[in-house]
Amino acid sequence: MNPFVFSQARDVDAALPLLSADGARPVAGGTNLLDLMKEGVMTPSQLVDINPLEHAGLDVIEEHEGGLRLGALARNATTAYHDLVRSRYPLLSAAILAGASPQLRNMATNGGNLLQRTRCVYFYDIGTPCNKREPGTGCPAKNGINRQLAILGTSEKCIATHPSDMCVALRALDATVHVKSNQGERAIPFAGFHRLPGDTPEIDTNLQPGELITHITLPDADRFAEHSAYVKVRDRLSYAFALVSVAAALDLDGGTIRAARIALGGVAHKPWRVEAAEAALVGKTAGDAAFEAAADRILEGARGYGQNAFKLTLAKNAIVQALTTAMRGTEFAKRGTE
Amino acid sequence: MDLYKQYPIRLRINEQDRDFEVESWVTLLDLLRERAGLTGTKKGCDHGQCGACTVLVDGKRVNACLTLAVMQNGHDVTTIEGMAKGEALHPLQQAFIDQDAFQCGYCTPGQICSAAGLIAEGQAKTVDDVRELMSGNLCRCGAYPQIRQAVCKVMGIEEGKAGAASGADGFTTGPVLA
Repeated sequence: MNPFVFSQARDVDAALPLLSADGARPVAGGTNLLDLMKEGVMTPSQLVDINPLEHAGLDVIEEHEGGLRLGALARNATTAYHDLVRSRYPLLSAAILAGASPQLRNMATNGGNLLQRTRCVYFYDIGTPCNKREPGTGCPAKNGINRQLAILGTSEKCIATHPSDMCVALRALDATVHVKSNQGERAIPFAGFHRLPGDTPEIDTNLQPGELITHITLPDADRFAEHSAYVKVRDRLSYAFALVSVAAALDLDGGTIRAARIALGGVAHKPWRVEAAEAALVGKTAGDAAFEAAADRILEGARGYGQNAFKLTLAKNAIVQALTTAMRGTEFAKRGTE
Repeated sequence: MDLYKQYPIRLRINEQDRDFEVESWVTLLDLLRERAGLTGTKKGCDHGQCGACTVLVDGKRVNACLTLAVMQNGHDVTTIEGMAKGEALHPLQQAFIDQDAFQCGYCTPGQICSAAGLIAEGQAKTVDDVRELMSGNLCRCGAYPQIRQAVCKVMGIEEGKAGAASGADGFTTGPVLA
């Protein structure tokens, strides 16, 4: 790890000036940042430990304006097992528990989960070119090791995926990210939080320098609570990043779809959601025909890069499976069997 | 800006207050092994992928390789050396012996600390839950069935029932769940 100056912030107002310094980064769980520092991928000159902000209320999970407010410093495990999350947002609970390991979920925070970097092997290996790590050096992934990488929203510069499971559910649930800086506070709709790589793959999110995530809010989603499923396909049964994951939620009137939510992980630089495909499901009979049509719509424009071309078929099947599982009900999804 | 500053910290390790002066970049794992002389906690991958470095911080299981010692100033750490009470082994330690739950033993301290954290969390009700919630600890000797049996034995979870894993740690199909 590179040498750096360490400081701790006791409250948000003390943290913000520290975070506005050049080369300063906040550290909370540390599970991704410290790993990237060990690899030399990230080399901050200052780390500001924001864990003490737990005592300033940044770890609170509570009902808020009919929905939910998740403190940025609440741990992933605490969030997934929280009674309000389990009962009202089972999709979020399932997505979080599909990610990482129990130890990592005990450490990782909700804010930090949003700021995870891609696990593309070229990004992690400082001996190779990577436009995300060193802009302008090139992208060996396009014609290289790309089994894990993106099939949607890619650019000539980058085909990285965002690795989070939690964020896939947050996208499906229309979350909002709340941030604070020396300039004040602002709210970022989840759709606009993460970016596509375009010509600037080095920029993962629209978080600005000096901004600190304070909390995430979720609107009421009770109508989806009975019919939610998170399906994650990976190379081993547990503790692996998604090849494809799907967060699906349905609001059903008998067999007819009143509303649908579908977001994908493991396929793009951000959680992938096509709201037109959801709108087209409204009024349709829940079942294979409607679900396959939705999958085709969501995957319009998808392309493979060799090793990851199997994801085109896998993603379609995973969407149909997730919607079918959601249709059969959240309790079925939890059991995983009849 | 002094990049090489020594930071004075105090940690409570295995019920003893210990004082250290460390550089900012020293992980909790390296502090335990290199500065505190507690080499029971193992360095496997040093990247949070294997779980060999699992310890309890304030009673919760964490990967000691992915947190800085300076971030744990004032916190309470329990390592494998703190599991036994005098000559009396922790029930998990005894169960690992009884079930033959290790071969080379390198992952064992992490497995036992992880299992202690799992039990404290109170989320595991079935054999499958135990298997899933021990997935942060790899065992390259492949002693998984015995490790699972040892943890289940301590928790009073009966193996072999419907819905329980039956032998080889295998494969379930279907969605991933909460």
